[in-house]
Amino acid sequence: MEYTILILLLPLLSFILIGLLDSKLKPAAAGLFGTVVTGIVALLSYWTAFSYFGAGRNADGIYPTQIPWNAEWLPFGGNLQIDLGILLDPISVMMLVVISTVSFMVHIYSFGYMKGERGFQRYYAFLSLFTMSMLGLVVATNIFQMYIFWELVGVSSYLLIGFYYTRKEAVAASKKAFIVTRFADLGFLVGILIYGFYTGSFSFTPDASVIGTAKVVLPLALGLMFIGGAGKSAMFPLHIWLPDAMEGPTPVSALIHAATMVVAGVYLVARMFPLFIGYAPEVLHVTAYVGAFTALYAAVVACVQSDIKRVLAFSTISQIGFMIVALGVCTSADPHAGGLGYMASMFHLFTHAMFKALLFLGAGCIIHAVHSNEMSAMGGLRKYMPVTHVTFLVACLAIAGIWPLSGFFSKDEILAACFAFSPVMGWVMTFIAGLTAFYMFRLYYSIFWGKENRELHDAHTPHEAPATMTVPLVILAAVTLCAGWIPFGEFVSSDGTAYHIHIDWTVAAISLCVAAAGIAIATWMYMREDRKVADGLASRFSGLHKAAYHRFYIDEVYQFITHRIIFACISTPVAWFDRHVVDGFMNMLATVSNKLSYAIRYMQSGNVQKYGIWFLGGALGITIILLLI
Amino acid sequence: MDYSSIFSYMYTEIALVGVAIAVLLYDLLAGERGRKFFHCFTCILMLLFIAGTVVPYHQGTGEVFGGMYVYSPVAGIVKSILAIGTLIVFLQADSWLRREDTTFKRGEFYVLTLSTLLGMDFMISSGHFMMFFIGLELASVPMACLVAFDKYRHNSAEAGAKYILSALFASGLMLYGISFLYGTTGTLYFEDMAPALDGNALQILAMAFFFTGLGFKISLVPFHLWTADTYEGAPTTVTSYLSVVSKAAAAFALMVVLVKVFAQMVEYWQLMLYIVIVLSITVANLFAIRQKNLKRFLAFSSISQAGYIMLAVISGTPYGMTSLIFYVLVYMVANLAAFGVISAVEQNSDGKVCMDDYNGLYRTNPKLTVIMTLALFSLAGIPPFAGFFSKFFIFAAAFEQGFHVLVFIALINTVISLYYYLLVVKAMFITPNDSPVANFRSDNSTRLSLILCLAGIIVLGLASCIFDGINLYSFGM
Repeated sequence: MEYTILILLLPLLSFILIGLLDSKLKPAAAGLFGTVVTGIVALLSYWTAFSYFGAGRNADGIYPTQIPWNAEWLPFGGNLQIDLGILLDPISVMMLVVISTVSFMVHIYSFGYMKGERGFQRYYAFLSLFTMSMLGLVVATNIFQMYIFWELVGVSSYLLIGFYYTRKEAVAASKKAFIVTRFADLGFLVGILIYGFYTGSFSFTPDASVIGTAKVVLPLALGLMFIGGAGKSAMFPLHIWLPDAMEGPTPVSALIHAATMVVAGVYLVARMFPLFIGYAPEVLHVTAYVGAFTALYAAVVACVQSDIKRVLAFSTISQIGFMIVALGVCTSADPHAGGLGYMASMFHLFTHAMFKALLFLGAGCIIHAVHSNEMSAMGGLRKYMPVTHVTFLVACLAIAGIWPLSGFFSKDEILAACFAFSPVMGWVMTFIAGLTAFYMFRLYYSIFWGKENRELHDAHTPHEAPATMTVPLVILAAVTLCAGWIPFGEFVSSDGTAYHIHIDWTVAAISLCVAAAGIAIATWMYMREDRKVADGLASRFSGLHKAAYHRFYIDEVYQFITHRIIFACISTPVAWFDRHVVDGFMNMLATVSNKLSYAIRYMQSGNVQKYGIWFLGGALGITIILLLI
Repeated sequence: MDYSSIFSYMYTEIALVGVAIAVLLYDLLAGERGRKFFHCFTCILMLLFIAGTVVPYHQGTGEVFGGMYVYSPVAGIVKSILAIGTLIVFLQADSWLRREDTTFKRGEFYVLTLSTLLGMDFMISSGHFMMFFIGLELASVPMACLVAFDKYRHNSAEAGAKYILSALFASGLMLYGISFLYGTTGTLYFEDMAPALDGNALQILAMAFFFTGLGFKISLVPFHLWTADTYEGAPTTVTSYLSVVSKAAAAFALMVVLVKVFAQMVEYWQLMLYIVIVLSITVANLFAIRQKNLKRFLAFSSISQAGYIMLAVISGTPYGMTSLIFYVLVYMVANLAAFGVISAVEQNSDGKVCMDDYNGLYRTNPKLTVIMTLALFSLAGIPPFAGFFSKFFIFAAAFEQGFHVLVFIALINTVISLYYYLLVVKAMFITPNDSPVANFRSDNSTRLSLILCLAGIIVLGLASCIFDGINLYSFGM
């Protein structure tokens, strides 16, 4: 399967080519090139998945891990070395499919969405860079390669969020995203270094004999790595960058901030799962609590946001919380006894990627139509935009967890895993699932039903998006409709053996009822043109409403910590030291060298006899010094 | 005597002699039409020579002529590096050699250069001081002819005179030193001499005098004074050859002799090098700050670079040997790139070599400017160019052996060097100029050499296999 290297090389080539030629290339040519390349990558990924799973299980009943391509990049002596290569196992193959599919859809979609934008070529170059980095991240053969691509992903995300670099908000958002995730990555790096130092390898699956001595520090290393994952996956309290990242072009949000990059943290935990479960189960459970709290927090905030992309952003945070929870509640590597969450998490990652990309792309169509992100500019759009409406509805039903859409199946497995862990966790997550249904349908009704903004719509009649934009919607909707029936447990499970998915109907019934209740309340509150109930509630609990609308002032807390504490108490003195002591030393160096160089200029007289004297003097001088010592 | 071992171990030198004779014969026998391809012929011959000798044929060491000549794979690597440098110099020489006043003696240039290369190869591989000295002289004497190649130009003749006088002086001191060594130990074989040395006063004097001879070649302070005048006066191509190939060979030979022969006197020569390194780096930097002529400027830059190279020598470890060779290789491509640009500008602008002439070069010749900038960045050691990695390795080599203060001094000096390297960059990019050097197209041969150098500057640092490849052989030292 050596051809898998092409999956990385092709997008890289596309990035280099489009990036170098830039404006010398016609926008359409750049877009077409990028799209075709991504299409080929998608086909290659499907073929890889087909042949990988087609090859069947080995004698142990698992799909064997394959490394079709590997190169030693940086040896440190001893066993410690950094390799660059490609690793295929069930989850990396699954991720290849997800990433290339969504990326391909976004490439097509962007044709319509970004039409006529300045920097169209640059946009496609960055998209290719991102695709390459993300694919490299998932196929990494070792933790350090993963880190390299992890940072590349961060950079390309930064570039894309700040794509509209003339807008102040976009620049601020891109910086925020980069700094917050970079801050978290520090934890990741330290974790990697501790891990590498004590186990003597960067491998995901070190020998048990090597682990022996490193057992004590493994929980620490894994915990630090999780901080990196929490940064990328926007776990509380490192989530603050994701809502702001919505300043980027909407297709970018669909690709990076919904389907692929933000689940990197989940993927990381899944990647390290054997170590987590074997040596640090308590750390794993901590991640579950972090995930659960994040899911709850984000769901509450999502209920009151007025910007549709922000609602989706918080919904993403909440859903990633679900995935982390599912991983965190695992108590063993056996899928039949406490390891169900692993499969559930990966399954939800897969289905969520599809329907969340669909939601974002749908939101892109709406924004394209009304030129605003605010709900107040929308309402009653269903008659103007039938395709968007139907596909959006499909996605909303899926995320709410309604049978027979894909979200139902994956969420059901997660809830079953939670109930198996502890009833409290199960009920909390069920409640959040109900909240999810509520806020998604609040969003849905506010966009497509409710009161139309006549003023705005008369001036500029909303219209359905062009085919380049609606076709990806339809494809993703079709995937969302069918993905639930994929026998996911046959491919991915915590210990690699086949796991036959069976619906736990008690859990399913509860979650369906809760979802239906959420939808019903949303319908009651938001479907009609006047929203007495909603407005009444908002004014009665105005304090709570306001706090939730301002995301419980987490950003303000950060503002306080960074400006008042870090900037004032640490940065200012350090800056003074830098300016006066460090710079002063350099200035002194400059002055002294200048003066000295003036003083010794007569040495170079141009007189060859004098050179001879220096020669002999030097030789004798050295001799004398050596003799004296 | 078994003659097959001569061919088996001395293949580089024998092949090189073959190349030189072929070039000589071509020069004599080729007609008008054939002479047009002289340059091409020489370069292809060199290329074949490099291709044939680049990978060492033997893994172990071997002796010829009863130990006068010692083969080692690591020396083979250095010889190939020198040969590559020579080829690049040949490529850059073409436009200069086609000038009316030099075109009739092109053959001489090639043969003289190849002779010096042969001398260096013998010097590197010698196992006996006589052989070493003959190699050194074979490298020095034709070099003086090369420096004075434009003999009707006053500068060039003066440079030649200064070079030969200094070289004589250095050789004299060195020979004097060697005679003391012979007197105190009764042998001139490296292997026999090493255990016989005990570090008495006469031997210390001998070592210092011996060091003078090589210090002259490497142009270390205080044996460096000829450098600036000679570099300035010599034809630019010769200067670049002098600054790179000749220096690299001498540095390597010095390390071999110090480590192999003077092993018993290690604390003495480490102190000696310590002093010389501090002096070389600092004094050269101080002079470089004030230079206006780019050739003089690069002369002082090359003196300070020689000081850095000595950091690898002072470590005396196999790792130090690897970093020395790697440093030399990286320094070679960067310096040849810089000199290549200077030479191209000089040939196309009636001999402009001053820094002020380079003001605003970016607007007229952007490609050359970028190459020059990258070369200077690499010389200054800015990541991610190769120069950063090579500096890192030599610092690491010296640091490992406990020379912490020395490394710190060297680090401070890199800051100063950054200043003057950036002065040139500033002149080319920022300083406005009403009449910059007009746009020109350099000849293909120069272009090829610059592309080779550029590739080296970028790739050498990133491709770890090169450093590892050298390291593989250094352990056999």
